[in-house]
Amino acid sequence: MNAVAAAAPVQPSEARVARRETVAALLRSKTFIAGNLIVGFWVFWAIVGAHLTPHDPLAQTSSVLARPFGHYWLGTDSLGRDVLSRVLAGATSIMKIAPLATLLGVAGGTVVGLVTGYFRGFVDDALGRVIDAILALPLIVIAVTAIVSIGASNATLIVVIGAVFTPLVARTVRAAVLAERDLDYVPAARLRGERAPYIMFVEILPNVLGPIIVEGTVRLGYAIFAVAGLTFLGFGIQPPSPDWSLQIAENYALLAGGSYWWTVLFPGLAVASLVIGVNLVADGLTQVVER
Amino acid sequence: MSASAFEPALELVDVDVAYKVRGIDRQVLRGVSLTIERGHSYGLVGESGCGKSTAALAIVQYLPRNGRVRAGEIRIAGRDVVSLTRPELRRLRADDVSMVYQNPGSALNPSIRVGAQVAEVFTVRGVKKAEALELARGALVKVQIADPGSVLERYPHQLSGGMQQRVVIAMALAKDPTLLILDEPTTGLDATVEAEVLDLVAGLQAEFQTAVLFISHNLGVIAKMCEQVGVLYAGRLVEEGSVDRVLHEPRHPYTVGLLRCIPRGGARKDHGRLDTIAGFLPNLGEELPGCVFAPRCTLAKEICHTEEPPLHALGGGHVSRCHFHEEAEQLPRVEAAQLELPAIERNFEPLLRFDDLGKVFRQHGHHVHALVGVSAAIWPGEALGLVGESGSGKTTLARTLLGIVGPTSGAVTLDGKALEGRLGQRSADEIRALQIVFQNPDSALNRRHSVRRILRRALRKLAGVSGAAADRRMIDLMHSVRLAERYVSAKPGQLSGGLKQRLAIARAFAGEPQVVVCDEPTSALDVSVQAAILNLLVELQAERRVAYLFISHDLGVVRYISDRIAVLYLGRLMELGPAEVVFDGPHHPYTEALLSAVPTIDGGGRERIKLAGEIPSAAEPPSGCVFHTRCHRKVGEICELEEPPLVEVEGGHLMSCHIPIEELRVLQAGRREAATA
Amino acid sequence: MGRFLLKRLGLALITLVLLSMIVFSLAQLLPGNVGRNILGPFASQQQVDQTNHELGVDRPIVVQYGRWVSHLLHGNLGNSLEYQGSSVAGLLGPSLVNSLKLAALAFLICVPLSILGGIAAALRQGRVTDRSITIGGLSLTAVPEFVTAIVLIVIFGVVFKLLPTTAQAPPGSSFLVQIKYLLLPALALTAVLFGYIARIARAGVIEALDADYTRTAYLKGLDTRTVMFRHVLRNALLPTIAVVATQTGYLIGGLVVIEKLFNYPGIGQRIYIAAQNKDFTMLESGVLVIGIVYLVATLVADTLYSLLNPRIRYGAAE
Repeated sequence: MNAVAAAAPVQPSEARVARRETVAALLRSKTFIAGNLIVGFWVFWAIVGAHLTPHDPLAQTSSVLARPFGHYWLGTDSLGRDVLSRVLAGATSIMKIAPLATLLGVAGGTVVGLVTGYFRGFVDDALGRVIDAILALPLIVIAVTAIVSIGASNATLIVVIGAVFTPLVARTVRAAVLAERDLDYVPAARLRGERAPYIMFVEILPNVLGPIIVEGTVRLGYAIFAVAGLTFLGFGIQPPSPDWSLQIAENYALLAGGSYWWTVLFPGLAVASLVIGVNLVADGLTQVVER
Repeated sequence: MSASAFEPALELVDVDVAYKVRGIDRQVLRGVSLTIERGHSYGLVGESGCGKSTAALAIVQYLPRNGRVRAGEIRIAGRDVVSLTRPELRRLRADDVSMVYQNPGSALNPSIRVGAQVAEVFTVRGVKKAEALELARGALVKVQIADPGSVLERYPHQLSGGMQQRVVIAMALAKDPTLLILDEPTTGLDATVEAEVLDLVAGLQAEFQTAVLFISHNLGVIAKMCEQVGVLYAGRLVEEGSVDRVLHEPRHPYTVGLLRCIPRGGARKDHGRLDTIAGFLPNLGEELPGCVFAPRCTLAKEICHTEEPPLHALGGGHVSRCHFHEEAEQLPRVEAAQLELPAIERNFEPLLRFDDLGKVFRQHGHHVHALVGVSAAIWPGEALGLVGESGSGKTTLARTLLGIVGPTSGAVTLDGKALEGRLGQRSADEIRALQIVFQNPDSALNRRHSVRRILRRALRKLAGVSGAAADRRMIDLMHSVRLAERYVSAKPGQLSGGLKQRLAIARAFAGEPQVVVCDEPTSALDVSVQAAILNLLVELQAERRVAYLFISHDLGVVRYISDRIAVLYLGRLMELGPAEVVFDGPHHPYTEALLSAVPTIDGGGRERIKLAGEIPSAAEPPSGCVFHTRCHRKVGEICELEEPPLVEVEGGHLMSCHIPIEELRVLQAGRREAATA
Repeated sequence: MGRFLLKRLGLALITLVLLSMIVFSLAQLLPGNVGRNILGPFASQQQVDQTNHELGVDRPIVVQYGRWVSHLLHGNLGNSLEYQGSSVAGLLGPSLVNSLKLAALAFLICVPLSILGGIAAALRQGRVTDRSITIGGLSLTAVPEFVTAIVLIVIFGVVFKLLPTTAQAPPGSSFLVQIKYLLLPALALTAVLFGYIARIARAGVIEALDADYTRTAYLKGLDTRTVMFRHVLRNALLPTIAVVATQTGYLIGGLVVIEKLFNYPGIGQRIYIAAQNKDFTMLESGVLVIGIVYLVATLVADTLYSLLNPRIRYGAAE
């Protein structure tokens, strides 16, 4: 039912109004704003880290497993560390690793997707098969296997997640490039003697930026998801970091006992809020970009 | 039939429709009133965005979510559809009104067999399933489907476009509706298929006595199909009357302008420029206090901008919404007709020639011969028109010449020098010499690049200029295609369709090309814009002596712009000759059929030639003359066994047919007389 | 259709070969010496060399890969390095069955629920129902499964004490009791998949609602029910099938974490333990099995898709 929008020939004033209204739509989007607020909150705490927390997140005290809403707002863990301080300081590592891994994956995937989508042919087919094979394995399984082999460190996490994301992003970019490649501006560029790199990076890339940005935000959500999962399994961020997933991994055994839920629930809610925040931003962007 | 058998089939009274876009109601139909009596046919014409389809959707109460009928009454067989309850509306749709729209492929459900889909028309009215299928078979027979049993069992994707549209029409007429709405039912179909569908609809309408609302942008189609016509502009019905009166004695400046834009009646570029309509359509929902057409009208005076003109009755049901309807036919031209064209000399070597060009694609393991031994030449300053139905190889030929795809066999020579088949191996000068204007500027222009960037890059790569010199050349270039300087920093999305195509033309002309391929350059545009673009192309040709290879399915347009014409069928050249000769005949039987299929505004006594069967697949072309399976002048076995050679039958006129030219002249003489009478 | 499926089968086989290569080379990244890892720091170099020779890990990589594949083809997955002497196949088999039970339960809960959610959202497009299903689903999908699981444990296991907090039912439990034990982990997995499948279903339904053939159906005078069931859903849910299949991958990936959290002896747990102990024969085979499960799931989805899609069943129009 887009007949209506396409009805009148678009005139300069009308198009500019539409674009301004698109930006306004983004700013009006409640999900986009809410997502940014949540992400902004955690970015702030990732930067200031342990400097502003009420207690030292690593300091052990004698008040072990204090219940929440007392002197320690969110209670203490089995070593007497303040849960609130640990939750606030717990953003630091994951907020470094996840964005860097995403950036690596998006950059790699964009180049691979552009090249394979533009040239198609044998390279494209071969890469398609490799991507299929990688897709057959869950991210966590690949990452676990690779990290076991290389050894866990922040750098390993970034490289492994980035490497696994590359073919996934490439697939999205390739699909967008294939659609663009069928448009006549590509043969038009060839008809002025442009070379392939110019066509890929100057002609096509700007037109597929929308999907790449959306994919990047979605991937960031997955990266946090993956880092959290790997850390929980013991293959990710290593102690004594106050990372949320580490806190959960260290304390969830107490859950079965039934009473010490706060050491696990609060870091859990923190991870949840961050991932939801990122996905709200992604949703807001998708709605506006795909409109 | 209901008790209200004397009520008109359709009555619109002061209908206002608005769409809510970004929170604001934008008016799309402004007080439209019209009446269609039972069994009559009414054509609604107008350019894109005038509200034609909105009218249709409002009538069947299927407006998009953001649209609503703000005022007025819509009555089908006497019942006001706006106030109907849901069950009543369903019954109305099941019994009284049907709609057929563009693109039959998407109108049929891809995952349900044709039979079951047609049968639904009956089951919804309470017929048992088995009986409904039997009735469905009958419905298919009515639309002259030869093998209804097998079609019933098929899925839509297994049918050709023409066949799909027959099925849709069968569904629409199966319930014997009071009103049939046809919204651009043949747009996108090939000329010969379109002609068949139109004949079918005309025949069935006469048989069923159904009232028809026929919506089209094509005045020729309306002239052929309707008794009454209404002209819609910016959501307002500006003129209405019998087809004969409105198309031959128009009394509204918009109708007059529209008719003048169309190249018809054998108009050629050496007769002068086409007239155009200045300016643009108003924006969606723009407030227009006076006459909606005033901002673009060369007759407009003070009163036109302030006062809405009343409906002036001109007798015989002819009405016009113009303050100055008496002067409408003397509407001053927007552009002077005078045009100086240089003579074409064909005494020396041609500019571009292609010999025995062949192109084979592999598709699903089949070899598809898209081009078979095509040879022709183009001289400086001339336009070679290329016509043929879809799948005839027009676009493949263009892309092969340009080197976008490499030929499988044959040679292309430019200025006596052989060209490499593929673009990558051609020199910069050779690339510069051959340029193209694509059909759809939205696709051909990078939507992220500004006008400045597009043109400067083209100048740098094709003309080798950069820096301040490029800016000067860019302004010159923009002037030469009448693209105002203020658009330099605009992106294509901010330009109208016509301006975008001007930009695309400017880009093609950046490096002084010698041959420009125009691949349906105006078919995505409205006729008023088309006229302006055709004028521009002719002027550029006159100034620069550039040669065109002009591809179009619109024979009027091809005739206007071309000096010579080539007719392709299934990748083979059927006929090649001077435009006048090819059009006036004697011509190849295929050309003859193609010409007879096109509905014209002037009508004339031309009887349409009915072609047998469908266009064969290029993967399995017929033996002998590839046209023999459909040819109405097939002489005998020789046509099936032997492919006739392309030979010169008279000065500069080549044809591939077993029938001698003199015989064709005699055979076709009767038809020509009828046409010119 | 035969050709389509044959092509898919061929592609799956190629993928499988590539997969085996990837898995094999991943395991080759393992640092250190296999023999030394097994025998520990106190064994003599000679013993280590001897073990390496017996395992064949001192030969060129290509030869090792060839041997591995030929063993695989004979159904021999080798012996676990960790559990000396026990065959990998013998250990993996029951684990796989356990995991499939859990995955099946999660699927049975998730697929109908998310498809219904998607349809409901599409029908109320842009309104409160739609926004809450979309955003709620998105949030559920985004949150790591162990977090969801912990919230579920706190609610159902700790606060209300309705469900057991471990997944393994006591031996000899009835079918229903087994399901009761599997419910919490299955719900956690469901949460992860819900949003994604619902989103695809929603998009499919919206597209079909806007399609011309839906308009044709309405204009025939059919009622909304008939239009929805006969015309809209059939076309709308086709793409969803493919998505459901690809989600098995994510599902099984989630198993590693969930099985560890609920201490459930499935294939994920096996892989986790193998990874911790650097038991590379077990790791290789476990990962490969997961890959094969995924490929089989996609093949099943392709078959289903082609059966339901007449465009494939009867070939595309030329």
